[in-house]
Amino acid sequence: MTKPLLQVEGLKKYFPIHSGVLGKQSGYVKAVDDVSFYVNEGETLGIVGESGCGKSTTGRMLMRLLEPTEGKVTFDGKELTSVSNTAMRKARREIQMVFQDPYASLNPRHTVEKILMEPLIVHNIGDKESRKKKVYDFLEIVGLSSYHAKRYPHQFSGGQRQRIGIARALMTNPKLIIADEPVSALDVSIQAQVLNLMQDLQKELKLTYIFIAHDLGVVRHISDRVGVMYLGKMAELATSESLYAEPLHPYTKALLSAVPVPDPAFKREQIILEGDIPSPSNPPTGCTFHTRCPFRMDVCTTVVPKLEEVKPSHFVACHLYSEAVQH
Amino acid sequence: MTEREIILEVKDLQTSFFTDDGVIPSVDYIDFHIREGEILGIVGESGCGKSVTSLSIMGLVPSPPGKITNGQILFRGKDLTKLSEREMRSIRGNEVAMIFQEPMTSLNPLFTIGNQLIEAITLHKKDWSKKQVKARAIEMLKLVGLPRAEELMKDYPHQLSGGMRQRVMIAMALVCDPQVLIADEPTTALDVTIQAQILKLMRDLNERLNTAVILITHDLGVVAETCERVVVMYAGKVVEEGSVETIFNNPQHPYTKGLIASVPDMRFKKQRLYSIPGNVPKPGMIKQGCRFAARCDFMFGRCTEESPPLYETSKGHQTRCFLYDEKEVVVNDKTAATS
Repeated sequence: MTKPLLQVEGLKKYFPIHSGVLGKQSGYVKAVDDVSFYVNEGETLGIVGESGCGKSTTGRMLMRLLEPTEGKVTFDGKELTSVSNTAMRKARREIQMVFQDPYASLNPRHTVEKILMEPLIVHNIGDKESRKKKVYDFLEIVGLSSYHAKRYPHQFSGGQRQRIGIARALMTNPKLIIADEPVSALDVSIQAQVLNLMQDLQKELKLTYIFIAHDLGVVRHISDRVGVMYLGKMAELATSESLYAEPLHPYTKALLSAVPVPDPAFKREQIILEGDIPSPSNPPTGCTFHTRCPFRMDVCTTVVPKLEEVKPSHFVACHLYSEAVQH
Repeated sequence: MTEREIILEVKDLQTSFFTDDGVIPSVDYIDFHIREGEILGIVGESGCGKSVTSLSIMGLVPSPPGKITNGQILFRGKDLTKLSEREMRSIRGNEVAMIFQEPMTSLNPLFTIGNQLIEAITLHKKDWSKKQVKARAIEMLKLVGLPRAEELMKDYPHQLSGGMRQRVMIAMALVCDPQVLIADEPTTALDVTIQAQILKLMRDLNERLNTAVILITHDLGVVAETCERVVVMYAGKVVEEGSVETIFNNPQHPYTKGLIASVPDMRFKKQRLYSIPGNVPKPGMIKQGCRFAARCDFMFGRCTEESPPLYETSKGHQTRCFLYDEKEVVVNDKTAATS
């Protein structure tokens, strides 16, 4: 049995809302509200959800790029949420991030060599010669060539830039990579190249991924387990086989049925949800999904459902499946 | 089944941009047509010229630097490229309307939804009374499924969500009962559940109002679920055209095949995605031969020397690839055996 590399318990992020002339605090945006999960070594955990569901905020809190309001993040036996900033900086050597926009996340004034060398300098790894060699090695690993090192980001296409972003994340030999929408800015044919590269690297370098995306097809392709988030909460978490074959949460069902399938012969019952996602500054009481849920019961408007294991390693937060309601 | 009448036909269209680096044909001799009440999909990746095609039809190509350098756009037999700006204005929005990808930037943030709808109507229906115009605006908001239409008239765009704004855009495009609606990536900026709502709305409206729709998108899933016929574009050329069934079940151009194979399917797990090697060429980069040759698995000598024409492989299904030239039958058989 593999052990969890990362354990997240009760993670919360509340952003204060200030209003009025004096900037008095008038409420909170509950971007992430009590999220718990774990990631095993060598696996890929996908996190999906629509805009504003808190998936990116969760990713950032794991690295403490955003300070969590509450909750515990344990990485490789060490608790990250309570350590000092200096210790956290050291820990980031093992956790790296790949960002969505390859145009915005690379400094346009630096050559690729400088961009890739930066993490080595920050973490004080190797000397000048070995750093240079490592830059060239990793450029080859991600499918570029060593002569690309002298170029600037604007000289590359979107797909190539994302490869540079991945190379940068790999420079410090991390164990865990958090990829926040790494392929959503890319064209379909380039997206497949980058996904294949990420899978190859995972095998070769024994990496663990947290893959955050909104595209359910992409997430299914790359993930071993998938968590579905809605309004700051984890609605369902299961192995990707089980989640896609037999979604339990009404939101997951609707989400899966809404995804257009590239096959005109494929017919299915589409569940079209009414309305929009409510604002996270004023989330509905009880189950946050009850305003759009076709199976709403009285209990849903008052009691927050807990994420419970209803089948082996299939967790869902919905009153339809909780024992208390059934009996 | 009777064939419906062709309502819009694009013939040998070339739209070029005059830049410091020379003349770049963004859309290079393309042909396609759309029939009454049909939903036609135009798919392709960034830079393939699909948006420039739609802007050309609407007469909205930014000029300078852009210009239609060849061809005809026939709307009910009338050539739109020959019209004056004044004549074009009476067609645009009235007979042919367009909705854009980003509903926030296409609505004016300083005016209420009502103001903007009323402006769109009065522009084309000069003889209507104020009351008539307002009633029409509210009717349109109801038509696109927006709740509390009367109050919505007084709201500003920022008060609406992305999905609602896109509905307002659709309402605005439909105020004059256009015969053709061009939708350029209408759901790309929206979430999946909202995308499903908007696509359903567009299908319903197409059925009820019999408006022909040209849906421009990069998402093959959206095409498969919405369109009847598909035009696949690559680097400014139409590379394949056919009914949605033939394109997805029997794609013929290597690019179309590759594109379909590289989409991760939600229904089952592919062990490894097929990926087309290399990058999409910049417009104007490839001067000679087939534009896909450098990335093609089936490339042979002729591909880099001549530009392939469109070959009709079955009725209504055309492919721009030498593999389907009768003279190349041997090669064709070989690829059939390996695939």
